[in-house]
Amino acid sequence: MVGTIGWQLGTVTAVRDETPTVRSFTIGLSGWLGHRPGQHVDLRLTAEDGYSVERSYSIASEPERGGEVDITVERIEGGEVSPFLHEVVVPGDRLELRGPIGGYFVWEAALGGPLLLVAGGSGVVPLMAMIRHRARTGSGVPTRLLFSSRGPDEIIYRDELDRLAAARDGFEVAHTLTRQQPPGWTGYSRRIDEPMLAEVAAPLGAATRAYACGPTALVETVANGLVQLGLPPDRIRTERFGPTGT
Amino acid sequence: MEERIALMRDDPAVELTVDGNAVGGLLASVFARDITASPGQCAHCQTVSLVGTMRAYMRGPGVVLRCPACAEVVLRVVETPTTTVVDVSGATILRFERGSSS
Repeated sequence: MVGTIGWQLGTVTAVRDETPTVRSFTIGLSGWLGHRPGQHVDLRLTAEDGYSVERSYSIASEPERGGEVDITVERIEGGEVSPFLHEVVVPGDRLELRGPIGGYFVWEAALGGPLLLVAGGSGVVPLMAMIRHRARTGSGVPTRLLFSSRGPDEIIYRDELDRLAAARDGFEVAHTLTRQQPPGWTGYSRRIDEPMLAEVAAPLGAATRAYACGPTALVETVANGLVQLGLPPDRIRTERFGPTGT
Repeated sequence: MEERIALMRDDPAVELTVDGNAVGGLLASVFARDITASPGQCAHCQTVSLVGTMRAYMRGPGVVLRCPACAEVVLRVVETPTTTVVDVSGATILRFERGSSS
C-alpha cells in the first residue's frame, strides 16, 4: 500500500511494570501491517481542547506476535506523556499510534551476524525487539548484549534476559551497573568504555554487526570505540535517545 | 478549535538532538513514505547520508535536520495548525524508492 503512514487507534490489552520507573504496554492494533525489529511508533495524545502531543516509542515486541505491539516507557518527571501513560492508562484504553517507522536501525535474522548490541537504560527497548525476534525465529546468530544500567533495580527486562541467556543458544548478556552494585556483583561497575567494548566484542570477530542505542554520550562512545577497535563504520548502527546518562 | 502541535517539546525525556530516525513519522506525513533509510545529499558539503542518521533538532518551533558530517541544515519542517512548511534548500538530492510506504 502506497500512501502516508496514517494514525490508527489501538487498544491497550496489558500493562506491566519492568522496573519501578519503567512500564510496558501491550497495544492491540487490528489493522497492523507488521514491523521490523528496531522500528518505532509515534504515539499521539489529544486533549479535549484539541491540544496534542506526540512522542516516539521503540517497539519492544518481536514482529512474529502479529496484531499487537509492546512499547516500554520510562516515566520522566515533568514529562507530558510518560506520566500520563504510567498513571492513567489501563487495559481497555485506546491510544492513537502511527507507524511502524524507521528503516535504518533495524535488524532481522536474515541479515545474519554476529551481533553486538549495546544499550544504555531504556535504549535496550529496540534491541529487545531484535533479541526476541532472534529467539522466536530460532536464529543461531551469535549475539552479545552489553547493557548499562544505573543500579540492579533499574535493569529493564532483567528476568527475561537471564532466561534467554540461560538457554545457551548463542545469546549472552554482559551488564554494567554505573552507580550502584549489589553485594557480590561480578559484572562491570563503570560507564561503557573502549576496554569494555573490546572485551565484549572480541569473541564475535571482525564481521560483527553492531547496534547501539541510548543517551547521546553513550552512543558516541560506543560508535567511536568500535571504529577504534577496527569495526567498519557501515556495520555500526546507532540510535540516540533517552533522558539522562546512565 | 485551535490545534497546537507540540512534537517532543517541553519534555525532559527528549534530548536537544536525536537522530533523524526519531522524526520519521513526521517526515512520513510530509513525504508519504518512510524516508529514514533514504539517502540525502547535503548542499553544503555534498556528503550523502541516510535521513535516519542526520541530526534532528526538535526544541525549536519545528524540526531541523542537520548533516552529520558538517552540521549544516539539510531539511526543515514546520507545522502550523493549518499548514506544513518544508525547507529543502539545504539538500541537493533526496532519493527514495517508489512503491513502498515503509
